[in-house]
Amino acid sequence: MLTLIAVTTIGIVRVRNLFAVAVLTSIYSFLMASVMLVLDAVDVALTEASVGAGIGTVLLLGTLYLTKTEEARPVHSVALPLFVAVGTAAILIWGVSATPPFGAADSPVQLAGPDYIQRSIAETGIANVVSSVLASYRGFDTLGETVVIFTAGIAILMLLKRAAPPGAGGKD
Amino acid sequence: MTELVKLGGDLASHYNQWITVFLMVSGLYIVIARGNMVKKLVGLSLFQTSVYLLYLSAGKILGGTAPIIDPAFTVYSHPLPHVLILTAIVVGVATLAVGLALVVRINEAYGTIEEDDIFEQDDNRP
Repeated sequence: MLTLIAVTTIGIVRVRNLFAVAVLTSIYSFLMASVMLVLDAVDVALTEASVGAGIGTVLLLGTLYLTKTEEARPVHSVALPLFVAVGTAAILIWGVSATPPFGAADSPVQLAGPDYIQRSIAETGIANVVSSVLASYRGFDTLGETVVIFTAGIAILMLLKRAAPPGAGGKD
Repeated sequence: MTELVKLGGDLASHYNQWITVFLMVSGLYIVIARGNMVKKLVGLSLFQTSVYLLYLSAGKILGGTAPIIDPAFTVYSHPLPHVLILTAIVVGVATLAVGLALVVRINEAYGTIEEDDIFEQDDNRP
C-alpha cells in the first residue's frame, strides 16, 4: 500500500496535465486514508477521505476550471532542485534510522498513551479516546482550528469577490 | 554483506519512515522545480501528507487496535497523534483553499499561472 502511494507520487511529479494531477491527488488521498485505517487511526482516515480526497479535489478542479489545465514545459535545469531534494532525503533517512522500530510498544512516543486511555472514561465519559482528547483536553486547540477555517473562508471571499461578476462595477 | 543485511532490516523496520521521507522530498522537489502555481500547491500538500504519515506511524503499536475503549481489547494505539493530525488535515485544506483562491486571482490579473511568465510581465512593466 505504501509502495502504491510512492508510485502515485511519481505520477504526480511527472504528469504535466493538471487535470490528471488532480485525479492522481484524489487517488493518493484515498490510498493515504487506507494506510491510516491500517495504522488504527480510524477518525483520521475518515477525515482524510472526506476532506483530503473530497473537498481537496473539488477545490483543485474548481481552480482548474477557472484557470488553465496544462502545465508549461519546464525551462530551468532540474539539477539544483534534484540536488536539494536528494540531499534533504539523505539527511532525513539518516535521521529516521535512529528512531525506534515501527510498532514498538516501548518507544518513547507511547509513554503518555495509556494515561489518556485510562482516564478517558472516568473523566469525560467518552469511549472514543480521540473524541475525548479533541473536544475535552484539547478543546481550545479545536476552537483555534475553527477560527482558522473561518479566517480562511473570509480570505477566500475577499480574494474572489471583487472579480466575480464582470459587469457588476468591478473597478480592479 | 552484513552491512547489506543490516540495511535490509533497517528498511523493513523503518519502511513507513522511508516512504515518508520519499513523499516529503517529492513535495519539496515539486515546489522548487515546477513553475506552475497549482502544481506547487499540490507539492505543498504532498509534503503535508507525509507529515501525517510520520505522526501516525509513530503512534501505532503492533497488535494494538483503534483507541476506542472496549472490554475485549487491552492494547490501543496512541490517541494523541490522531487528534493532532485531525486538526492538521483541516487546517491544511483551509490553507490549500486560500492558496488556490490566490492562484485564481493571479490568473485574473496576469492571465497566466506560470511563475516565469509572471516574472517576465513584471520585468517588462515600466
